[in-house]
Amino acid sequence: MNIAPILLAIGGAAAMSVFGILAGLWVAGLDRVVAARMQARIGPPVRQPFIDIAKLLTKQNIVPSNAIPWLFNGAPLVALAASITLLLYIPMASFGFLPVLGAYGDLVLILYLLAIPALAMVVGGLSSGSPYATIGAQREMVTMIAYELPLATTIIAFAWKLVQAGSPAPFALSSLAATPIWSLVGPLGAVGVFLLLATMLLVVPGELGRIPFDAPEAETEIAGGLIVEYSGRNLALFTLSFAVKTVVVVSLLVALFFPWNLSRWIAFSSPLTAGAADAAFFIVKALLVLFFSVSLVRVSVARFRINQVVDIYWKALGALALLGLLLVIADARIQ
Amino acid sequence: MKTIEVKKPSGYTTQIGPAHPALKEPVMFTLDIEGERIKKADFAPGMAHRGIEWMGMRRNCIQVMYLAERICGICGITHSISFVRAVEQIAQIQVPNRAHYIRSIVGELERIHSHLLWAGVAAHELGFDSAFYMAWRVRENVMDLLEYLTGNRVHYAMIQIGGVRRDIVPDQFPRIEESMKFFEEAYGKLAAVFLDDTTVQMRCRDCGVLTYDEARELCPVGPTARASGIKKDVRVDHPYAAYADIEIEYQTPDLLTGEVRGDVYDRIVTRLLEVRQSIGIVRQLLAQMPDGPLLAIPKPAVLLAKLKGAAGEAVGRHEAPRGEVMHYVRLEAGKDEPVAWKVKASSYSNYMAWIPMMEGEQIADIPIIAASIDPCISCTDRVALLKDGDRRILTKDDLHRLSVEKTRRIQASPAR
Repeated sequence: MNIAPILLAIGGAAAMSVFGILAGLWVAGLDRVVAARMQARIGPPVRQPFIDIAKLLTKQNIVPSNAIPWLFNGAPLVALAASITLLLYIPMASFGFLPVLGAYGDLVLILYLLAIPALAMVVGGLSSGSPYATIGAQREMVTMIAYELPLATTIIAFAWKLVQAGSPAPFALSSLAATPIWSLVGPLGAVGVFLLLATMLLVVPGELGRIPFDAPEAETEIAGGLIVEYSGRNLALFTLSFAVKTVVVVSLLVALFFPWNLSRWIAFSSPLTAGAADAAFFIVKALLVLFFSVSLVRVSVARFRINQVVDIYWKALGALALLGLLLVIADARIQ
Repeated sequence: MKTIEVKKPSGYTTQIGPAHPALKEPVMFTLDIEGERIKKADFAPGMAHRGIEWMGMRRNCIQVMYLAERICGICGITHSISFVRAVEQIAQIQVPNRAHYIRSIVGELERIHSHLLWAGVAAHELGFDSAFYMAWRVRENVMDLLEYLTGNRVHYAMIQIGGVRRDIVPDQFPRIEESMKFFEEAYGKLAAVFLDDTTVQMRCRDCGVLTYDEARELCPVGPTARASGIKKDVRVDHPYAAYADIEIEYQTPDLLTGEVRGDVYDRIVTRLLEVRQSIGIVRQLLAQMPDGPLLAIPKPAVLLAKLKGAAGEAVGRHEAPRGEVMHYVRLEAGKDEPVAWKVKASSYSNYMAWIPMMEGEQIADIPIIAASIDPCISCTDRVALLKDGDRRILTKDDLHRLSVEKTRRIQASPAR
């Protein structure tokens, strides 16, 4: 039995976990600084999330007396584990290699895995025995159901286009990385893909539970909702899980819409410099996505009520995504 | 055939408060909720009783005036104006005209500061932190102006029984006008953020409605009443200080939007309009300010001696940023301290409006509805009954019985 690929996978997984956590916390710090600057504040230092985690890990881990301890303690672990697993499937296209487990899963699996951290939070919230957490858990489930429609529509549009273009594995991220969607569509289809991009940029804050779609946590309404009872180590795990999930979702968007590498256009002298340039380019793309979908959105609007969240995702964004899909199909018919 | 009994989704009861991020001060809401909808709302104040009236009845009137200013950190001048107006009526002290003008100017600056503070809090309750920072940044300017004029950012200590303690001289007028220009510009920006923003409209339009009829029944005061279309303002109805000399109108939301709906949005509109109105009032007052002394009785010792000789009772009122504040004072000859001092903060009149506003709305609306009357909870709390760890609530019957008992006791006592 050849043991090398297994060892490579294990080593890669460990490396990706460390990378995901560090990158996630760094990105969270950047988001806070950028948001602060837009609100004319100075904001915390970029390393603030690291300080927070270090502090949380030294704090007492309180389990409420009417909580179900094994569920309550298990939920943050599951959330973090699922987030890190997701990371192993996302192509950080620029690094020149496929995701660690890229050969074993596709977009459909990613869609399901994406739901797990949120579900873990729901379970943790419901098991914590607090009415605020219960309200938060209900809202989280409703939010998940809400953003699933535009999200699934977008993925289907991509897969349909890839099938139509004759791709053997329409749901595989490697096909997407090889053939950027923009290169497959005509002008009308490009408009459609642009609409899908706009939809996805607004699905991201819902997926990550940020303003205006942060009804499940809504600090001023239900005091933190799902995570109201969490403290110490468990809260640190949830925070890490958010951080990793941010990296995952942003990278997914980059992989879907902006899979190009710099080395495609510029001839680099060595593969090392090419890799470094691609990595830098990837980070720039990811930060841009983060800025437009998280930082900019959350400073410019107020929080929605839960029924408004559903309305927006199902009616406005659902319609937008369907329109995008129809334009992509119409474009193919014209061609 | 077996029938399956479907259990209707039952509601639950939950509490918000006394300590909750939505509430800046302690009050407890008990809510019957079905899903996300509030079926029934109730509230219990009384968590922040400080015994200020008790303290006041053991101090001389000048000391009480400073104590009164400390009832509220936001509308301090409100309480000192109300208190001194009551005392001045009892002792029949004629306040010089210039002092009236200065009182009004500081009162209006305080209104600007209070409304901007409220706008920030309301934005934060909506999860709109950018607007919160914006409103509070604008507010810094009025705080600086107040510090420039009075020496303090809060608790201005401008008022004295029979006048004011500091002058506002013509040299200072340009600095005031500079701030007024700043606020005129800021008003445009704030109106754009708070009134034209789609998400603010989505959250505040037709949310927390207090209809005109409900408002008539519950008698709220200040912006809460005016936002429901009730034309009521102490400054217009019973002009005091310098308000009789100037042009002043009721600020109802229809002045800007052309209609009155009595929702949270209208309460935002009303307060923004009042910021604009206050700018105009300050300008009018500065233009007309008469010359003259600042104090009727400049020497505190003389003033105290006169107050010691005064007897009688009176009510002093002031239109605070939140609505009418009322102080009842009774003085007896030969006593330094007031024998009775009763403070009615504006929020006391506005509390009951919470119930019709909240019922039928969603959990998500609780923070903004609670904030929309701009509650000043610690200023309002007067009574807390605690015995052996038990909290007791006095019902209307209890209060009636206690009043009857007290009347009998007073009538029976031969000293009177």
